[in-house]
Amino acid sequence: MVTTPLLPSDYLDLVSPLRAGADLRGRIEAVRPETGDAATIVIRPGRGWRGHTAGQYVRVGVDVDGVRLWRAYSVTSPTHRRDGRFTITVKAIRDGKVSNHLVRRAKPGTLIQLDQATGDFVLPRAKPAKVLYLTAGSGITPVMGMLRDSEFDDAVMVHCAPQPHDVIFREELHGLVAAGKLRLTEVHTATDGMLDVARLGELVPDWAERETWACGPAGLLDAAEEHWNGHGVPERLHTERFRPNVVVAGAGGEVTFSTTGKSVDADGATPLLDVGEDAGVLMPSGCRMGICFGCVTPLKAGAVRDLRTGEITEAEPGVLIQTCVSAAAGPCDIER
Amino acid sequence: MTAIDPTAHLTAEQIEELGRELDAIRDEVIASRGEQDAAYIRKVIAAQRKLELVSRGVLLFSIFPPAWVLGTAGLSVAKIMDNMEIGHNILHGQWDWMRDPKIHSTTWEWDHVSPAAQWKHSHNELHHTYTNVIGKDNDLGYGIMRVDEDQKWHPFHLGQPLWNFVNACFFEYGIAAYDLELGRNLSKHRRKSPEFRARARAVGRKIRKQVLKDYVVHPLLSGPSFLPTLAATFTANLVRNIWSHSVIMCGHFPEGVQVFERRSINGETRGQWYLRQMMGSANISGSKAMHFMTGNLSHQIEHHLFPDLPSNRYAEVAVKVRALFEKYELEYVTGPLPKQVYSAWRKVFRLSLPNRKPHVKAPERERELVAA
Repeated sequence: MVTTPLLPSDYLDLVSPLRAGADLRGRIEAVRPETGDAATIVIRPGRGWRGHTAGQYVRVGVDVDGVRLWRAYSVTSPTHRRDGRFTITVKAIRDGKVSNHLVRRAKPGTLIQLDQATGDFVLPRAKPAKVLYLTAGSGITPVMGMLRDSEFDDAVMVHCAPQPHDVIFREELHGLVAAGKLRLTEVHTATDGMLDVARLGELVPDWAERETWACGPAGLLDAAEEHWNGHGVPERLHTERFRPNVVVAGAGGEVTFSTTGKSVDADGATPLLDVGEDAGVLMPSGCRMGICFGCVTPLKAGAVRDLRTGEITEAEPGVLIQTCVSAAAGPCDIER
Repeated sequence: MTAIDPTAHLTAEQIEELGRELDAIRDEVIASRGEQDAAYIRKVIAAQRKLELVSRGVLLFSIFPPAWVLGTAGLSVAKIMDNMEIGHNILHGQWDWMRDPKIHSTTWEWDHVSPAAQWKHSHNELHHTYTNVIGKDNDLGYGIMRVDEDQKWHPFHLGQPLWNFVNACFFEYGIAAYDLELGRNLSKHRRKSPEFRARARAVGRKIRKQVLKDYVVHPLLSGPSFLPTLAATFTANLVRNIWSHSVIMCGHFPEGVQVFERRSINGETRGQWYLRQMMGSANISGSKAMHFMTGNLSHQIEHHLFPDLPSNRYAEVAVKVRALFEKYELEYVTGPLPKQVYSAWRKVFRLSLPNRKPHVKAPERERELVAA
């Protein structure tokens, strides 16, 4: 009653955005380069942060050029850091809006949005006797979270990166090797070629006895799953895929209206508002020319094209589209 | 609808070319929209909230006249900022591209008795789509005034200067009633429609909350300053209402602004739609502070052309739009606030009296105007 139509929290956010009870946010405290294209971001989370388990990831909402984009990154710091901070390590990928922003432009002091840590790419409660980490590129990040968190009597890592200087955390890994805590094989794909998982036995003869955590590009994980399945030990393999849904933007596609359960084929030129109405879905509508924002609807999956500008919008949690000026750019799911 | 069509010298091709040129202006802004714009709206929202907090804090001591004056002035400005530069523009979807769920047309609510959702329908959809089309755009006279010589005069219109003044003082209530289409919906039959009743209840809830906040909770919190605080919030609401009413009157009422017939928009092309927005709107000239306090509705012409572009960009867009007006030899109606307010009020007075019948013979036209 005191602050209507706002909430008291809207005012409190002005002075204390990280307080208990606020929406979960974090403040970037430092950005530390790891390699030429990777950096570790130190984040002070808000009071509502419930911590993480080694190997889990966290979704972060970062404003890039004024647009809030959400991405998931593995937590690379050990659990229960004394200072309450945690870190994510980000590798800038080509055309990656968020990763390039975080690695090259993010400034300490910036507020970001957070979700609680999640994911089941974690170690079991009972420590396995023998462990294998099979990683490539930034796939090392969740594993680093594990390595920093707990020690194993017998841990082996096979890590692939183009060249030695591309190996994230290289110094620290060699430190572990020197201390006898890890056996490491680096595969430098620029000179050695891609790792052939079928010949993993040459590098790690007892691989089948090891509890394995694998993280890296889809090709590596597919090959690993095939290999472990083929040898009848699929339960020993735990994988983590970073980008399960790659959206291919084309012209038109199957449009699913998930709330009503209708699916229709749409071309790349018909507004989704018309597509929905023709399919008998009750669509909110307004001016039908893109000015009134009366038709905005969540895009749950896929991609759409703005018929005025040609701009492609991909589904992300919280993305709403104007159905009267958007057409299907490939299969998509509209929440109606 | 005026005797001389000020766009008669344009060919159909020219009008479409004009449309393409305007599209290009729009695309340019969209392509360059970014971090600075986002920082702008966040800064304005934060400033508004701080100003409101401080003003309300000062009003706790409003028993002391200087505190009353200071607090009332601050609260008036805060309420104007909330409604104009922030609320109006966010509810237009101008900031939806930021994907910030807290600054989004689907979630924003404003310090106003009309619920955001209802206002969005009557304003964004009806007014902005059918700008100045008599019988379709009820913003023309809000259904209580005669705003064009061609509209049929009725003795009721004699009182329109008074209605307009009362509407200015209680503008937010006028808007709420207007969004509810109260005049039409109070008929016996429509009154009972469940849809109307749900919307009326939503307005009732909003009014209750707003009134409780402004006239009960904050005065009570002020203790011995109860009455002065009550007077202060009333004054702030009055100032905000008269200010926004004045600004909005300047948008479409001043002399020189065109209105259109219902039939004229059948099969309207994109170029023609743009042209109607250009001829149906008027600007207010002035300083940066002036533009800010009007929520950049001083750039009404640019706003009507591009209602979803961020308001902080209208000033730069205006330069290019004005050049197009010159290129196509069209009149860019603009002037300082006092001049435009005077012009609008003069029209309200003038049209409260009957005028000579317009030289139009088509019988269906007459019916249409009566219906309007």
